[in-house]
Amino acid sequence: METIQTDVAIIGAGGAGLRAAIALAQADPKIRIALISKVYPMRSHTCAAEGGAAGVIKDDDSFEQHFHDTVGGGDWLSDQDAVEYFIHEAPKELIQLEHWGCPWNREADGSVAVRPFGGMKIKRTWFAADKSGFHILHTLFQTSLQFQNIQRFDEYYATDLLVDDGRCQGFTAIEMRSGQMRCFKAGAVVIAGGGAGRMFPFNTNGAIKTGDGMALAYRAGAPLKDMEFVQYHPTGLPNTGTLLTEACRGEGGVLLNKDNYRFLQDYGMGPETPIGKPELKTMELGPRDRVSQSIWHEIQRGRSVKTAWGDCVWLDMRHLGEKKIDERLPFVRDICISYLGIDPVKEMVPIRPVVHYMMGGIHTDTKAATSLPGLFAAGECACVSINGANRLGSNSLVEILVFGKRAGLSALDHARSQKPGNDAALTTLADAAQAKLRALFMRNVGKESISGLRKEMMDTMEEGCGIYRTQESMAKTCDKISELRRRYQNVALHDKTNVYNTDLLSALELGSMLDCAEAVAVGGRERKESRGAHQRLDFTARDDSKYLKHSMAYYNGLEPPRIDYRDVVITSSPPGVRDYSGAKK
Amino acid sequence: MSDNRMEVRQVELEVLRYNPETDQEPKLQKFTVPCVNEWCVLDALNYLKDNLDPTLAYRWSCHMQVCGSCGMMINGEPKLACKAMLRDYPGTIRIEPLAHFPVERDLVTVADDFMAKLKRVKPYLIPGQPRTLEDGEYKQSPEQLKRYRQYAMCINCMLCYAACPEYGLQPKFIGPAAIALAHRYNQDSRDGGRDERQEEIATNEGVWECTFVGACSEVCPKHVDPAAALQQVKVASTVDWYLEHFMSWVKK
Ligand SMILES: Cc1cc2nc3c(=O)[nH]c(=O)nc-3n(C[C@H](O)[C@H](O)[C@H](O)COP(=O)(O)OP(=O)(O)OC[C@H]3O[C@@H](n4cnc5c(N)ncnc54)[C@H](O)[C@@H]3O)c2cc1C
Ligand code: SF4
Ligand code: FES
Repeated sequence: METIQTDVAIIGAGGAGLRAAIALAQADPKIRIALISKVYPMRSHTCAAEGGAAGVIKDDDSFEQHFHDTVGGGDWLSDQDAVEYFIHEAPKELIQLEHWGCPWNREADGSVAVRPFGGMKIKRTWFAADKSGFHILHTLFQTSLQFQNIQRFDEYYATDLLVDDGRCQGFTAIEMRSGQMRCFKAGAVVIAGGGAGRMFPFNTNGAIKTGDGMALAYRAGAPLKDMEFVQYHPTGLPNTGTLLTEACRGEGGVLLNKDNYRFLQDYGMGPETPIGKPELKTMELGPRDRVSQSIWHEIQRGRSVKTAWGDCVWLDMRHLGEKKIDERLPFVRDICISYLGIDPVKEMVPIRPVVHYMMGGIHTDTKAATSLPGLFAAGECACVSINGANRLGSNSLVEILVFGKRAGLSALDHARSQKPGNDAALTTLADAAQAKLRALFMRNVGKESISGLRKEMMDTMEEGCGIYRTQESMAKTCDKISELRRRYQNVALHDKTNVYNTDLLSALELGSMLDCAEAVAVGGRERKESRGAHQRLDFTARDDSKYLKHSMAYYNGLEPPRIDYRDVVITSSPPGVRDYSGAKK
Repeated sequence: MSDNRMEVRQVELEVLRYNPETDQEPKLQKFTVPCVNEWCVLDALNYLKDNLDPTLAYRWSCHMQVCGSCGMMINGEPKLACKAMLRDYPGTIRIEPLAHFPVERDLVTVADDFMAKLKRVKPYLIPGQPRTLEDGEYKQSPEQLKRYRQYAMCINCMLCYAACPEYGLQPKFIGPAAIALAHRYNQDSRDGGRDERQEEIATNEGVWECTFVGACSEVCPKHVDPAAALQQVKVASTVDWYLEHFMSWVKK
């Protein structure tokens, strides 16, 4: 097997992975950096982010307020030391991107413009029209091209971490073009593999968001944290799940039920604000978990809009007018016209909540180190945790920058402090990974199909781990996933060739999703309270006496994960009440 | 909202298949796929892969016209499969890999040449006046932003290369998207790297190769208008040439 020897290897070239690579290249032009991605970097799903990125920059804002919005938004499950580090680094990272050329929207005086976002008390979201993530990703990718010591391996799929002597020293990956396996040996490894929303049927995530990064770390013994917290975004297109950014509401769009009534006022987010005058942290600018849950209740009460794609509510943006929509939300308009045939300038758009983001992920400390020495993680695949039980919109584009950089630099420190590894032992591990793959190729096609198992997984995840959950629904899903993971052992490939074998990729991605799905379902079943995005009909209140804790899921082979708990770090904000009514001041 | 959006119809697809390990040459394969009317071509391919033939290879990810993965020839025209709506294709739909690129397998092309060209034009900010983080952001007025924003919209989908007759004839041509990207930085008020970039793009392999057919701008799904960028670079480099050769005494 061909071996690539490098100082730091990064799995994932989305926002987090690219930021890590640049930080490393700038820290030392002599170190070797290998950047591996299963897609070309600019195809990474960071490109899909629309709304923007939060960082304190304006005079009316303060670190303290960003801190409180984030911690309260996360229903006090965020680690407050991590949040403190995050909010202080955020503006520096956003300015750094500005210096690298990111086309942020501007005020008339040439300074960077900010927009309001859900759950944020002050306008602090930097944006580049409604293509913020796209511009961040391309700015990072293009910036990375000037560094000779970033060696890219585009369209390489990482399969197994190599752990010897109690530390991570590399991984194996398949080169898609040749189908050959390669062995990457490194002083330290950073995982920046992105989210796992594709385990649900209706989601805003790209095809690549299959939780590979999480599964890689998990199988190698690093625990996954808070996996039960899955964010639903309130405004997805009902047929494709395509996201309509929160900025639709930030700019003044409103949500209506079938009677054209702004129902959010019935769920503690009122009183009603005048049309076209959105007020921060109120009504349509409440946090995502609350808004999505309110839509669910409207559906239960029979006040939803019936459409060919199921129960919806209306998103009305007509009063914004064509000019503002074209200037601030041009992409939203394009998408609505393309996929629904509806022009938001003229008509109301039906929407429904859609799976969007994983708050949970690979457990890391504030230095982005996982529990496995030599392994670091950042971005959506990691859980530091700044997002707690519910991420605030526009915090994660900043998280990928702040902790991407952190992960890169921490990995460098680690790599420099290590003695060379045992080459022979690593080669043996790599050979074992290759043998596993060969066995998959040899297996004869039976009755299990990849797409069939995938569909069963998605259905049970939606049924058991949706917006509202119960003991019974989650227990059923746990059993089902456990069954699917066993049946997955019999999955075989139809395609036994080497070049760009996407049948193989689908099989491996399904394996990752099933592992992540089990951690979500078991973590949810065991958390007998309601907090943030984890809402239960049988335990409706938050229970700080028992669950002011992170869940930690440990891989356990074909058995369900072992769940352990870890205290939340509280520095200055004791758990309080989340208030999103306009009445409070 | 009652209309025919949710109707299912049988759509005939002719898909180019080529596996270098098993095939002598590419061939078209026919499939009949039950499709919902409101689907795009990518949905039809996904149905095909999940239900009819798991060996089909193609690239996609975002399904929202922004990742740039799913460029292919649809009835002979370069399109994003996630933007090509079935309602616009009443008959048989022929799907082939992007023209002018080597085929890696089925609908997957080899993108090495494009990636190398992107890198060549130095598509990153070379600051005119470097700033530290403590200095804060560069000031840039909305008008200054507007001068380059359109050229920053490129999703690297490569449709313009598949449409460009010059690139088809002369693969050394740097091509529309890379030149538009260089122009994007040249036009940015924060940038001072124009001279370095001109060395790459104001050459025969650069803008002078372009015969201004304009096909690139027509197929661009993001309205980047690379043809306009090429034209502006040409004009600017003509001015440079005159300044250098005839006007040098003016500077002295
Ligand atoms: C539609 C949408 C809109 C959003 N809008 C916003 C917003 O406005 N504001 C905000 O703050 N956040 C937003 N988010 C969230 C945010 O965009 C993401 O959380 C963030 O971009 C994730 O970045 P990442 O670098 O962690 O992962 P990604 O960008 O997804 O990158 C993951 C990388 O890992 C690689 N990879 C994965 N598995 C493997 C493997 N096995 N081998 C090799 N490589 C692998 C992939 O190729 C890819 O390069 C949005 C998310 C979505 C889906
Ligand atoms: S210029 Fe347009 S067509 Fe060409 S790669 Fe960019 S987005 Fe695609
Ligand atoms: S799938 Fe991303 S552009 Fe079509």
